[in-house]
Amino acid sequence: MTSPTTLTRVAAVRLDGVTKDFANGKQTVHAVRGIDLELQQGEIVAFLGPNGAGKTTTIDMILGLSHPTTGTARVLGLEPRQAIARGLVSAVMQTGGLLKDLTVRETVTYTASLFADTRPVAEVLEDAGITDIADRKVQKCSGGEQQRLRFAMALLSDPALLLLDEPTTGMDVEGRRAFWSAIRRDAEQGRTVLFATHYLEEADQYADRIVLISHGRIVADGTGSEIKALTSGRTIRATLPDADTDAIAALDGVTGVEVRGDALLVHAKDSDTVARHLLTRTVARDLEITSHGLEDAFISLTGDHR
Amino acid sequence: MTVTSIDPSVRKVPPFGGFSLTVLGIEIRRMLRNRRTVVFSLVLPAALFFVITGSDETWAEPVGSGNEAAYILISMALYGAALTAAAGGSMVALERALGWSRQLRLTPLNPVAYILTKALVALTMGALAIAVVNACGVVQGRAEMPLDVWVSAALLTLFCTLTFAALGVFVGYVVPGENAMQILGPGLALLSFLGGVFWPLTEGSALWHVATFTPMYGVAMVARAPLTHDLPWYAVVNAIAWLVLFVAGAAWRMSKDTARV
Repeated sequence: MTSPTTLTRVAAVRLDGVTKDFANGKQTVHAVRGIDLELQQGEIVAFLGPNGAGKTTTIDMILGLSHPTTGTARVLGLEPRQAIARGLVSAVMQTGGLLKDLTVRETVTYTASLFADTRPVAEVLEDAGITDIADRKVQKCSGGEQQRLRFAMALLSDPALLLLDEPTTGMDVEGRRAFWSAIRRDAEQGRTVLFATHYLEEADQYADRIVLISHGRIVADGTGSEIKALTSGRTIRATLPDADTDAIAALDGVTGVEVRGDALLVHAKDSDTVARHLLTRTVARDLEITSHGLEDAFISLTGDHR
Repeated sequence: MTVTSIDPSVRKVPPFGGFSLTVLGIEIRRMLRNRRTVVFSLVLPAALFFVITGSDETWAEPVGSGNEAAYILISMALYGAALTAAAGGSMVALERALGWSRQLRLTPLNPVAYILTKALVALTMGALAIAVVNACGVVQGRAEMPLDVWVSAALLTLFCTLTFAALGVFVGYVVPGENAMQILGPGLALLSFLGGVFWPLTEGSALWHVATFTPMYGVAMVARAPLTHDLPWYAVVNAIAWLVLFVAGAAWRMSKDTARV
């Protein structure tokens, strides 16, 4: 047995060669095809990927709701179920997970009584801003109030790792900003946050790190600007009949040349060089330069055209 | 940025798999707040008891070590307890459909502790249903049997409710949503008629032959045995067989459902 205390800083999440297969009739579905991932304590990480990429399956394995087919998942150096039993991991799902006929306070009290140690119920209700609706039945709460209740429940045990599924869906800009500054404050205390999202902007803006997943594999892992840099090209488009494609392809930083009739499309890391060449050495006209956003990076990395 | 490291070794695991009396209390309060459950499992059996003993001209006739009113009392208590336990059991599937079971899986609560809690809720509510009918019997004053018969019949009835808690879990999974009770309510009434809970069956008749195979027959015979001193072997086999069958059915549906908690 390795004791976590002997390590100065144990990884919040560690996945080693994790795969997950599901039987679907006679076919086997490879939902996760081999993921290695290590999250450090205090990191805010976005989990980005199209539907069916394996995000939920991976999160389920981190939560110990399912076991990897091969490979191992550890949370703070523990088996996921053991980490859950110690209140070290919480998750907030987008829908469900509430009993309609309980009041807000009963729901929090119920959940609190299942842990060995929890923060006081009144304090958690206050922090989540649901003290005035504490005696309201859950079914009478709005979507936003239910979401705040889910957060209150998740923060009861003061978890070291918090998993969020599309956390700010339905929040307005103000709410979203307040939410993320609260998350950031907790992260500074050492809480690790892994959130699944399809808001690329949000991932770029609030995550320290973005993990892109597609077809059950991690296709990119880095900061928002690193991810963007991976496909940081620009496209230069110009009208140029009988273009000398070889000469253009030989320019610095050019990654692709395409001719469509009289139109010339050049993909390049350095658009300035290409533009200067086209405008000074050729008769090219109607020159246009477009840059790729994170959206393009996402599409080109995941290979999914949505 | 200074990051405080969280030391996972100082965190404790709750004792008894997260079993808590707070949860038990909230669960019982939930059941009592449900108007349909209260009407069907507490009010209806008591009303039936008054109606049947009230209209029964031979209520004073001796039966075993008591009288006919006592026989009706035990039967009605069983009916109420069975309905209550079935209602409680059907909530397991409903909670799963609502994603509450998944939420609980993200807490230290052990699945065994969860099932134990549900069983205790079913037993507590069953005990309440039995107590209500018994209290009605005392107030009315017609039922007569020795105290030890009174107590042992009530305890046996309570034990028999587990069969219907399991049936409730099973039906809850087969019939989605909140409709389970709409089937369990009339279904249990029908089974009670068939099983000789509402009136005694004529032994040897065609109906009696059918009845001996239905799930209410066995438990009714067992529950009334302290009073009637009449417990044929096939009634015991019936009671045990249906308990095993319903528990197996509930376990089977539950295990089928674990693919996505």
